[in-house]
Amino acid sequence: MENLIVLRDIAVDFDGERVLNSINLEIRDKEFITLLGPSGCGKTTTLRIIGGFVEATAGDIFFDGVRINDLPPYRRQVNTVFQRYALFPHLNVFENVEFGLKIKRVPESEGSANLIKIPEAERRTMVKEMLELVGLKGFERRNINQLSGGQQQRVAIARALVCHPRVLLLDEPLGALDLKLRKEMQIELKRIQQSTGITFVYVTHDQEEALTMSDRVVVMQGGNILQIGTPQDIYNEPINAFVADFIGESNIVEGVMRRDYYVEFAGRGFDCVDFGFDPDQRVDVVIRPEDIDIVPAEEGMWTGVVESVVFKGVHYEIAVEGCGHHWIIHSTDYCEPGTFVGMKLTPDDIHIMDRELAEEQEAEGADEA
Amino acid sequence: MKRNHAETVLTSIPYLIWMVVFTVIPLLLVTYFAFTDETGALTMANLSAVREYVAVIFRSIWLAFIATVLCLLIAYPLAYIISRAPQRRQRTYLLLVMLPMWINFLLRTYAWMTLLENTGIINRLLGIFGIGPLAMINTQGAVVLGMVYNYLPFMILPLYSVMTKIENGLIEAAQDLGAPRSTVFSSVVLPLSMPGVMTGITMVFVPAVSTFIISRMLGGGSNMMIGDLIELQFLGNAYNPNLGAAISLGLMILILFCMSMLNQLNEEDKEGMII
Amino acid sequence: MKKRSWVNTGYIGLVMAFLYAPIVVMAVFSFNESKSRALWTGFTLDWYKKLFTNEVILSSLGHTLLIAIISAVIATVIGTLAAIGINAMGRWMKSLVLNTTYMPIINPEIVTGVSLMLLFVFIRDRMGIPLEMGFLTLILAHITFSIPYVILNVIPKLRQMDKNIYDAALDLGCNPAMAFLKVVIPEIMPGVISGFLMAFTFSLDDFIISYFVSGPTFSTLPITIYAMTRKKVSPEINALSTIVFLVVLGVLTLSNYVEAKREAKTSY
Repeated sequence: MENLIVLRDIAVDFDGERVLNSINLEIRDKEFITLLGPSGCGKTTTLRIIGGFVEATAGDIFFDGVRINDLPPYRRQVNTVFQRYALFPHLNVFENVEFGLKIKRVPESEGSANLIKIPEAERRTMVKEMLELVGLKGFERRNINQLSGGQQQRVAIARALVCHPRVLLLDEPLGALDLKLRKEMQIELKRIQQSTGITFVYVTHDQEEALTMSDRVVVMQGGNILQIGTPQDIYNEPINAFVADFIGESNIVEGVMRRDYYVEFAGRGFDCVDFGFDPDQRVDVVIRPEDIDIVPAEEGMWTGVVESVVFKGVHYEIAVEGCGHHWIIHSTDYCEPGTFVGMKLTPDDIHIMDRELAEEQEAEGADEA
Repeated sequence: MKRNHAETVLTSIPYLIWMVVFTVIPLLLVTYFAFTDETGALTMANLSAVREYVAVIFRSIWLAFIATVLCLLIAYPLAYIISRAPQRRQRTYLLLVMLPMWINFLLRTYAWMTLLENTGIINRLLGIFGIGPLAMINTQGAVVLGMVYNYLPFMILPLYSVMTKIENGLIEAAQDLGAPRSTVFSSVVLPLSMPGVMTGITMVFVPAVSTFIISRMLGGGSNMMIGDLIELQFLGNAYNPNLGAAISLGLMILILFCMSMLNQLNEEDKEGMII
Repeated sequence: MKKRSWVNTGYIGLVMAFLYAPIVVMAVFSFNESKSRALWTGFTLDWYKKLFTNEVILSSLGHTLLIAIISAVIATVIGTLAAIGINAMGRWMKSLVLNTTYMPIINPEIVTGVSLMLLFVFIRDRMGIPLEMGFLTLILAHITFSIPYVILNVIPKLRQMDKNIYDAALDLGCNPAMAFLKVVIPEIMPGVISGFLMAFTFSLDDFIISYFVSGPTFSTLPITIYAMTRKKVSPEINALSTIVFLVVLGVLTLSNYVEAKREAKTSY
């Protein structure tokens, strides 16, 4: 899989404020890649750089090996699904989806240099097929103001896809939908991506969404890319405390790496599976809530008192105060608040992150704030 | 979405050029003429000449003020009543109010001329009862009447537009909380209608103070107002564009002064503004 | 409550009587046989006939319509482009331009008329360009006072519009000009049309500014009317005002009816 889009040292300033800080990103053909991060991290700006709506202050962007910094949006083989859909109010569903097709010029025949309009009959077929693909068969004549949010969103997707772009950019398209619909659409989008083979660049602040749909995830913060990897990589091996905290819930404790495979926190030492740190280096220890088991106090590796228990349907979220830290534990078993309990885990469950790297980035973030 | 498509601003260039040539420069010319004499030399003579016409200026302000107050008094209850009427009838009422606005105000003023004449209809009717004839035309009263007549709709519409936004619910809530009608008026209706009042006052006072048609047609030659004065300097017998420009400049400044005073009284203006 | 509603309706009736009495009287006496405006002598349509054969009135009516259409069209084009540009301006500049734009609206008409007259006189006398006060100056003046109203009508529509649809059009392959034509203009069209109508109406009706910038050779209808009122003895004016009243009544009633039907249709 070659690189379809390459961003090299892209920096963007708005009104004197640095919004993107020399980022480097390679997007492969046919992949579903998600830009994930909190508000203001620069993910939407990055998307708009690819779309051509924002000009980079510095750096280069390449498409299929060609530098496209100066190419306007209407010449790029990229289409966008906007956050609030941006459907044309004066056109009905059919006309909205057909919009890009009417403008498109294709070679008259295979290999011909002569460019012509797509014939009306062919356009109609393409629009109908696309509407069927997104589950809106029969909606052609509908007024877009009469559609629900989910339906409008699918029209927006159809409108962008029907032009067969190489890349589809999606800017938090599911944000305005209710939970159930959102989950359905996530599956739909993944299915469409896999069947059309179009590269999807997706922007969201919802980490669960990112983990569900993506081939790769790009975690961003404060105009920087923190980590790029598969959902499993990011979840299991977060590069620093911010990523760990942002992706899924986690317990993050300060610890000291005494030596390889051995870390100290919560007042005692633990065997772990990480190495390569300096002896006695200060680190962040990340433990997922579902990895901690609650056991009777005598059997625990460390202890605490149950503060609260919240029923979340899928599990109980149990907060335990102990050894100077507020532990979040997910368990299918109930535990009475006020109980003195023990906690246990296996060496696999402990993830070590470099504390200095985190401090560096925290300082950078503080500068920009 | 931050990026602004800054190039779009360029579409306003034809207008900006037009605005400079036909709005800004003419006003600068007025200022220029006001401070020069026929030879083009700088002088303050024009401005001091204006002082001779203080009587005219005060008359204009005074008459316009009375007309504005009268319009306000007449229009306020009317706008309120219309705004509480059933929806369908509101539209009819508005239509009836707007209709006269669309008839050329020369014709409307002329209509009052014929009514108020010594041999006009009103005097003839009064004559049947043995009264009169009353000298109604060529008086200050006639001028005020003309102003009220012409500008009343301009007071009604802004007031109405603000009052429709005062939901019945607010008034009922006030009554429910025990407020007598006078309190409902002074603490609910009046404050909420202020933006409309300000707009209405602006839309009546400005044309009223600067009119020259109404004063000429209904006031005769003896009740000169600022507008008459200006017109005389440019198109009348006493051709003195410099003086006329000075008076015009004075009028503009007067208006700006009144408007800024109004703005001071009303922090949240601009909402009821214009449309 | 009944007593209240009688008082209310009565008050409305009173004000309406005040507003319409002069118009009605004018209408009645337009059919009067003699020239008197107070003494009814008999019914006649003579004055209407005279009106329709009056050269001066007809030609100035033609002038007025011509100027209204030309100036309204040009003002609408310049004003719409202006509104689009102004909407994209930064806050500081937008505020400056808009305040200058609204000045002719706030300014007394006499000041606007005088200032334009001075401009044209200046161009003619001090710059030596042979500019005649007449058709051209009228058109220029009418465009000038109409543009702010067009801008005033179009800008709210631009503000209400979802900015993203312009980007969406670009994204789908339109160059900027096409994007405007296909997507922005349809959205703001109601504002453009109402701006045009306003410009047209204000131009038709304008007297004061036209008075100052026209010349002896070229008259608009309001100017002709003014000249007639100076002479005081022409019931043709009554006839004219009655016709104007009926036309306006017809147009407003019609537009109201259309508006009411449209509202009924869209509120299901």
